[in-house]
Amino acid sequence: MSKFGGSNSKKEVPGVSSGSLSDIVFMLLFFFMVTTQMRETENKVIVKMPEASEVTKLERKDLSSYVNIGTPTRQYQAQYGTDARIQLNDSFKTTEDIRDFIAAERESLSEADRQFMTTVIRADEDVRMGIITDVKQELRRCSALKIMYMARKAEQ
Amino acid sequence: MGKKKTPAINSSSTADIAFLLLCYFLMTTTMGSQTGLSRRLPPMPDPNQKAEDQKVNRRNIIIVKINSADRLLAGNEPMDISLLKDKVKEFFTNPLDDPNLPEKKMTDIEGFGQYPVSQGVISLQNDRGTSYHAYIAVQNELVKAVNELRDDFSYKNYGKPFARLTEEQQEIVKKAIPQNISEAEPKDVSKR
Repeated sequence: MSKFGGSNSKKEVPGVSSGSLSDIVFMLLFFFMVTTQMRETENKVIVKMPEASEVTKLERKDLSSYVNIGTPTRQYQAQYGTDARIQLNDSFKTTEDIRDFIAAERESLSEADRQFMTTVIRADEDVRMGIITDVKQELRRCSALKIMYMARKAEQ
Repeated sequence: MGKKKTPAINSSSTADIAFLLLCYFLMTTTMGSQTGLSRRLPPMPDPNQKAEDQKVNRRNIIIVKINSADRLLAGNEPMDISLLKDKVKEFFTNPLDDPNLPEKKMTDIEGFGQYPVSQGVISLQNDRGTSYHAYIAVQNELVKAVNELRDDFSYKNYGKPFARLTEEQQEIVKKAIPQNISEAEPKDVSKR
């Protein structure tokens, strides 16, 4: 009679429908697809970014090109040593190659966007300024003047 | 005969397929939080141009040097990094019109009016042996000083922090308090 049934009720609990499970997972999937971006290059140098409190967000990620500077990762140390190296795209390069790299990056952008191109210097915090000064001088020579020093936001 | 129903496709595996896709995206993508300090490099000097043109009045320049041991020298005196911000703020505001601190020039800012804009320039010099960590820390202090001055200005004139002003107002504030940080030509300091 009552809802809570007597001993005579043989009613089975209906199984939880798993039909909506896929919808939930798809929702998660879309969330990650929208908020993340493709990792375009494999990191061959170890970069531990320095901390700064006054950081600003990079506005247009599609207009930025990355110059990675740091110690090669363990698997490349036998070949390239442990001194700080420059990584452009997917390979180790020297400062002379920056010119070609910037030219290629500039070529890949549309005419209107070229002036907004930002070069992001992603350097390890233990790197000496010598190599960064060289990179900066080379960037000035290619007139890629908009740069950004990548840094983590410091926790207060 | 023709009344046979086609059996429904079992849809319980769509969740697995979606999970697989999800895992794929989790592995190959990065969370997009890229932050940093924006800077504009000075253009390469014209070789024909004479060096004299670029001479700025001595009182308008503060030289911040970082040596290879990451020690700091600001305006000819050694300084701890925690004091740099106040030094720079004093340099830019020059509240007592000290003749050794930068002069101010009355400038007409569009949409605001006359404002004495400081002519000061920070010249940042570093050694080849300076660590990047120290360099960014100093850059950060300089930006912080300018940001605080801009916030002060915004509060005084608009009653809001800089970040909450409209775009036009931000432009005005940027003109009133420019961020003049010059990253000097590299000099070989370590030569003996």
